[in-house]
Amino acid sequence: MKTPEFTHSLSDLAPGESATIVSIQTDDALRQRLLALGFRAGKHIEVIRRASFSGPLQVRIGTTDILLRRQEAAKITVNKP
Amino acid sequence: MKRIALLGMPNTGKSTLFNRMTGGAARVGNWPGITVDLLSGHILLGGDMVEIIDLPGIYDIHGFSEDEQVVRHFLHDNIPDLAVVVLNATQIERQLSLLLQLRQYNLNMVVLLNMADEAKKFGITIDAAKMTEALGIPIFLMSAKYGNGYQDAVHAIGKALRYNTPGMAENLRSQLEPETHIEEEMSRVLDHAVQVPARLPDNLTAQLDRLMLHPLLGLPIFFGIMYLLFQGIFFFGQPLQSAVGDFFNWLRELLLAPALSSLPPVIQGLLLDGIYNGVATVSAFIPIIVLFFLFMAIVEDTGYLSRAAFLMDALMSRLGLDGRSFVMLLMGFGCNVPALMGTRVMRSRSLRLLSMLVIPFSLCSARLQVFVFISAALFAPGSAALAVFSLYLFSFASAILTALIFKRHFQNNEPFVLELPPYRFPTLRQMWLRGWHEVYHFVHRASKFIILGVVFVWLLTHLPTSATPAGPDTWAGHVGAWLHPLFEPIGISAELTIALIFGFVAKEIVIGSLAVIYGLGGHALSHALAIQLDWVQAYSFMLFTLIYTPCLSTVATLRSESKSIRFTLLSLVWSLALAWLTSLAFYQGARALGY
Repeated sequence: MKTPEFTHSLSDLAPGESATIVSIQTDDALRQRLLALGFRAGKHIEVIRRASFSGPLQVRIGTTDILLRRQEAAKITVNKP
Repeated sequence: MKRIALLGMPNTGKSTLFNRMTGGAARVGNWPGITVDLLSGHILLGGDMVEIIDLPGIYDIHGFSEDEQVVRHFLHDNIPDLAVVVLNATQIERQLSLLLQLRQYNLNMVVLLNMADEAKKFGITIDAAKMTEALGIPIFLMSAKYGNGYQDAVHAIGKALRYNTPGMAENLRSQLEPETHIEEEMSRVLDHAVQVPARLPDNLTAQLDRLMLHPLLGLPIFFGIMYLLFQGIFFFGQPLQSAVGDFFNWLRELLLAPALSSLPPVIQGLLLDGIYNGVATVSAFIPIIVLFFLFMAIVEDTGYLSRAAFLMDALMSRLGLDGRSFVMLLMGFGCNVPALMGTRVMRSRSLRLLSMLVIPFSLCSARLQVFVFISAALFAPGSAALAVFSLYLFSFASAILTALIFKRHFQNNEPFVLELPPYRFPTLRQMWLRGWHEVYHFVHRASKFIILGVVFVWLLTHLPTSATPAGPDTWAGHVGAWLHPLFEPIGISAELTIALIFGFVAKEIVIGSLAVIYGLGGHALSHALAIQLDWVQAYSFMLFTLIYTPCLSTVATLRSESKSIRFTLLSLVWSLALAWLTSLAFYQGARALGY
């Protein structure tokens, strides 16, 4: 069991911070889409930037940059090194 | 005829390859089990004619999105003789999962790793021979955009077609292996044949995005780009549009009118003012549509449209829309028709429908002509500009109100998870093909409806033959008189009601129809309007003109793009109701305040 201090949701990361995906707690449709875009447990993920006015996040997994909304990012648990 | 299906994820250059293979000679086809349009083309391959179908980009063959269902249904009901799977070589790490899923279907496959040139720049090396060996499927590196490796790929496709299709298993889902297996298989193939640098070099895209997506500068730059785009389309478009109009007039005066002069006046009028004007109306949209899609191809193919979604999403998500809807809404201020067609970039149907419901409220350039004329006639120079500006505010308010009211009915289930592709230069060929396709689509789908509508309104305003055209004794006049109880409370007279009937066809002809109705033109017409109407009536008329149905071409486009008569009717009825209520509130409110 990981201690809560090290586990965050993806939406909490600041631009430039990176982490490792721990789990994805979403409905099936979003989960499949995220899987296909490379979101898998153990993968390295970096937050590139956050849009103003609580807009979406730009994240990078491998060679793919992805936009997702904060509420969706909140459902992805990550581990900060 | 043998059939090839192009399959792949979004942003893999699949459509670029399709255009290269078919030379742009594609058509929209209907397929069993599928409701969306798929492009297909016929090409000569190794001495045989074969049909190529461009399937929508998908991330996952088991996915829940509409496109993913379309592809599943297509493969189920129309087994292709060969599936050409296009993967983006720069993202081979994750795109391989789709290939491994597809492999389980026992399809006859050839794999093209596209954008090999870009992958090389990223320092990604792929050994196609080793990968072919590991997967047991022929794999080729190529660039669909520049054509490198294209000939080898086509040769391989021709060769693969000669083998028989093994045929697909009856139950596609049940034979699938669990995802964990795919994970293992992916790493086996990747370790073997692909090397990706640990950290990507800081490239041009990252540098550009630092500016384009800047927390403070991003939005002003976005609006600047939209402004330039908008000005660009109309700077080039309007002269072309009037040139087309002049050409049709010239042809009419020189050839058609003399040729038809022996016919009875009613037949002449029907042929010239009805059918011929209908054709001219359709044609006048062609330059704008070509230009619009030339520019949209730049915005979309460079990858900027996804950036616009990033910048505007915070605001638009509250309206149930997304940033791409906003781009189309803004473009609608030029002309609603191409803006409606442009919503096709949104893959979720409900998001598209909601955007299409909102776009017709954009104050397009045709409506602006009406407002400029009437404001100039009824208001002092300073307040005329203010009146026109306030109509822009009403235009935005109507769009926002409509989105807020209808967002529950068109709930978008597709998650907002978009790929942000790197910036790319579109080729001129890509841009041109796009413009041409869209014009073909518009003419093919909308022209009959528009011509019929123009003829219908001509008949309404010119029959019976004993009545003065557009006068109170015509059918239109009767309709106007019959509607009078409805229009009186909003301060619109019987004459103006007839003009609104004309305005249903196109807003460009509203002022012209007023000239016919009043029997006056230019300054004399302005003068007559200023005497007949006070500013409250005139403003109420402008509000109604702004909000009700933009034009017949918009209705025709709504119908052809939504493929739903119910949705088209909803849009018509809602805009009429909103127009009436807004005018009523304004007119009665202003009168109650003593104006």
